[in-house]
Amino acid sequence: MALLGYIINGISLGSVYAIIALGYTMVYGIAKMLNFAHGDVIMVGGYICFYAVFSFELPWPVGVLLAVIVCTVLGIVIERLAYKPLRAAPSLAVLITAIGMSYFLQNAALLLFSSNPKVFPNFFTVTRADGTVKNGFELFGGQLKVAYVTVITIVCCLVIMLALMLFTSKTKTGKAMRACSEDKGAAQLMGINVNATISTTFAIGSALAAIAGVLLCSAYPMLMPTTGSMPGIKAFTAAVFGGIGSIPGAFLGGLLLGVVEIFAKAYISTQMSDAVVFAILIIVLLVKPAGLLGKQIREKV
Amino acid sequence: MKRIVALILALMMVLSLAACGTTQPTEPTEPTEPSDAPEASATAFKIGGTGPLTGGAAIYGNAAKNGAQIAVDEINALGGDIQFELRYEDDVHDAEKAVNAYNTLKDWGMQISLGSVTTKPCEATSVENYADRIFALTPSASSPAVVANKDNVFQMCFTDPNQGSASAQYIADKGLATKVAVIWKNDDVYSKGIHDKFCEKAAELGIEVVSDTTFADGNDTDFSVQISDAQSNGAELVFLPIYYQPASLIFAQASTAGYAPKWFGVDGMDGILTMKGFDTALAEGVMLLTPFNADAEDERTAAFVAKYQEQFGEIPNQFAADGYDCIYAIYQAIQNAGLTADMSNEDICAALIEQFTTMTFDGLTGTGVTWNATGEVSKSPKGMVIENGAYVGLD
Amino acid sequence: MNMKLGKLGASETDKLRHMNSFGRKNAITYGFVIVVGAILMALNATGGLSSMMRGMLVPICAYVVMAISLNLTVGIMGELSLGHAGFMSVGAFTGTAAAISLQNLIPQAGLRLFIALLVGAIFGAIFGFLIGIPVLRLKGDYLAIVTLAFGEIIKSIFNNLFVGLDSRGFHFSLLSDKTNLEPDGKLIIGGPMGIGGIQKISTFLAGLILILVALFLVFHFINSRQGRAVMAIRDNRIAAESVGIPVFRYKMTAFTLSAAIAGAAGTLFAMNYSTIVANKFDFNTSILILVFVVLGGQGNLLGGIIAAAALTILPEALRQFSDYRMLVYAIVLILVMLATNNATFRDKLGKCGRKIKSIFGGKAREKEETANV
Repeated sequence: MALLGYIINGISLGSVYAIIALGYTMVYGIAKMLNFAHGDVIMVGGYICFYAVFSFELPWPVGVLLAVIVCTVLGIVIERLAYKPLRAAPSLAVLITAIGMSYFLQNAALLLFSSNPKVFPNFFTVTRADGTVKNGFELFGGQLKVAYVTVITIVCCLVIMLALMLFTSKTKTGKAMRACSEDKGAAQLMGINVNATISTTFAIGSALAAIAGVLLCSAYPMLMPTTGSMPGIKAFTAAVFGGIGSIPGAFLGGLLLGVVEIFAKAYISTQMSDAVVFAILIIVLLVKPAGLLGKQIREKV
Repeated sequence: MKRIVALILALMMVLSLAACGTTQPTEPTEPTEPSDAPEASATAFKIGGTGPLTGGAAIYGNAAKNGAQIAVDEINALGGDIQFELRYEDDVHDAEKAVNAYNTLKDWGMQISLGSVTTKPCEATSVENYADRIFALTPSASSPAVVANKDNVFQMCFTDPNQGSASAQYIADKGLATKVAVIWKNDDVYSKGIHDKFCEKAAELGIEVVSDTTFADGNDTDFSVQISDAQSNGAELVFLPIYYQPASLIFAQASTAGYAPKWFGVDGMDGILTMKGFDTALAEGVMLLTPFNADAEDERTAAFVAKYQEQFGEIPNQFAADGYDCIYAIYQAIQNAGLTADMSNEDICAALIEQFTTMTFDGLTGTGVTWNATGEVSKSPKGMVIENGAYVGLD
Repeated sequence: MNMKLGKLGASETDKLRHMNSFGRKNAITYGFVIVVGAILMALNATGGLSSMMRGMLVPICAYVVMAISLNLTVGIMGELSLGHAGFMSVGAFTGTAAAISLQNLIPQAGLRLFIALLVGAIFGAIFGFLIGIPVLRLKGDYLAIVTLAFGEIIKSIFNNLFVGLDSRGFHFSLLSDKTNLEPDGKLIIGGPMGIGGIQKISTFLAGLILILVALFLVFHFINSRQGRAVMAIRDNRIAAESVGIPVFRYKMTAFTLSAAIAGAAGTLFAMNYSTIVANKFDFNTSILILVFVVLGGQGNLLGGIIAAAALTILPEALRQFSDYRMLVYAIVLILVMLATNNATFRDKLGKCGRKIKSIFGGKAREKEETANV
């Protein structure tokens, strides 16, 4: 039973990583850049939703919607101001700019929202007839407790992944994205507006970040200016784990990373769990050098 | 071409910065020559401190800074002979940056230091304090290494081992539990210090530590494993020698998991009730040892809390109270010794050491507070329990 | 093809010029370090430096050496490393532990520092070699993430490692302190407590010498047969392989050398503070060093040196902005990246740049003047 509990907790943690990783992988797949500011957009999403619900007393779906809108706009603005001028620059220059952007967002948040941590409200509760608030349900006669937010995170993650896969394979914009990711020059020759496509990718990635922010903060209700940075790095790891650029890869990588992390804590050592997780990552990458579901690109000679 | 431009840019940056850096000594760095700095700076003691004002630990640094600032404003408003000028510099909770910040303060002409707010940076700056003979009273850096072998470095908070043994003693005396779990932060000096002493003392007192689990930076969101380990090993009480942010997550996740042991915290737990949006029902029954209680009824605390809320819009935590007390303790020592602001830092240092090892101080975080020659404070932590979202004294 | 070259840093013509003027360029770099170092030493001796600058001389040297070291991996070898602070950590802990162990045996601080630096470099090299075996089999972002992973593992290990020394010799234990030292022994590395009570024996002169040694090693490597082979691999691995260059072996040499230099830099850095913890050498530090290299121009050692010095001083020089300090730092970082990589932006910046600078500089001077009144 403990094992099952660990698996559920791992999947819950993993689905948060997975949603963040989906945003990473979308942007990487198309723009070929590691957007290190992604984790901080998550934090912004969390704050927007928190203030909408807490200070302006809006219902939470409105708060989430607001967070999505603000983050989408933020994503587009960041892309326009900081990344677009560097489209022709070496990839490392863009990486450093993204890191600068990450510092910027964190410190702007520190000034705007102060360093005091905020406790994010749990939206996913049921108020019973007798007034008690329930935030989860029990299985196997109370031996296993599952929070509603866990289920919702997992469902959201699945829905988003499927939606993204459909979007990239069926819609025109989605196909344009895939074309850009294959070969930007050729895509342009085919009449695809590469710049607009990349901007759209950033918009989608940032919208996902907002949703991830709300889910992350609902599952682990703590909001600080640095909230997004560590999950961001973990999600980046997850995206590489699954094969960066691949949508199902990010999903699988996120879930596995979550489960491995919980298992390492439970069965090896809480002290060394991070080391164990990264060791497993290294081993996987040595066996499959392009990640679990990554495309093994043949080199042209 | 690109590189040349980059180089020129970088060079310009260096030059302009070097200019900034080298012009600084023209400022009155020598407090012994008051003729250089007339007016305000001649009559005011320059007190400097470093602390994390940005980054993940920013809350502690800002709290200590704000608390100290309130005390400075109060004292200056009295219009007496003793006036203070307070300057805090950011150290991002990093020893290297703390030494830089300390040196910046030294260039400014700091005469008395508030050390650093967090422990590791303070271990680095206290060595500088010792070498430069600048008296230091840290509000909250709590490891014994901060004050060890440094005659002019003092602490306002009690040391980590003290808290560990006091907590174990308290649990044993009150018969709270015989089987306890400890969840602590593995990469934190503060947490490690309390944990080690607690386990040692617990073994002495016949308390069994049945579950000993950790977390670390970047690994501090999911506590399901730690909680279920404590639960499955039948711990009746969980000891949390950690700060309140992770503690709040632990409470929330334990509640979801249906685990309701007795919770026991240390002074880092203080502040949990001030978090915006925190469901205080989760912390119901949490016991903690803390020197400060923002809900205390006494006049000074009430006035301090009201002022803090008015100025900074938040309820002060113990870091703020410690910062406030530091300034008043220094104020008292200066009064006793009859120091003036035109004295050199060496003279001030010698006089303050003498005062601090002999005087008794009453502050927000304790009454009848004294210091030993090592620099450790003696004040007794108050046992508190959270009931209906407020602290209630345990005894 | 073109894209690949662009990604790896230098354009074709640039490289040719690079080759022709190699000696001159090296001389400029050496000269720059020596002249600036001499000026700073003279200023330091005559008390012309502020305490803030004086306190930063050694860390600047350490970061400069780190920039040189990482430039070998990123600039010359063309592989992205996100875990370079891990090697710095290895050097910091082993070198400092060596210095503490030898405290009674070798009273001369200079000699002890030399041995500590050597120990740091040797352990850096050992770790570099061991980590290089798996890492260099990977490519691109996968290689980068594995270096990040190793950096985190090293941090995790040092956070849980306990090393004690007593009359019976060294004692090691992991996770908790099980060293059981004799009463005369002392715990050198205390897990999350790191190393405390370090004697600060790093000096600016030692830092300068280390920079020059690192420069010599890297220049020597670049000019050697191996170095040219490594650059050939960077520019076109397949072509290099096809002419029989043993890619893996040459890359290993470069990576190990880079790690050794980083280890020495770590020792130098640690010995400048009374205390050191593993968390100091985290992902953020690795990124910081990477920023030096990219800002200075990949493969450009002098640029990296200047960038390392400038970016170490910058946050300190921005203290007058108090709360907005790190925000300004972030903006400066983004603007510099835009200015060095985007032509239109550069032109615009060039026009209004002087204006801004005069206003900005004027303001700063004003502020200092008011402070002096």
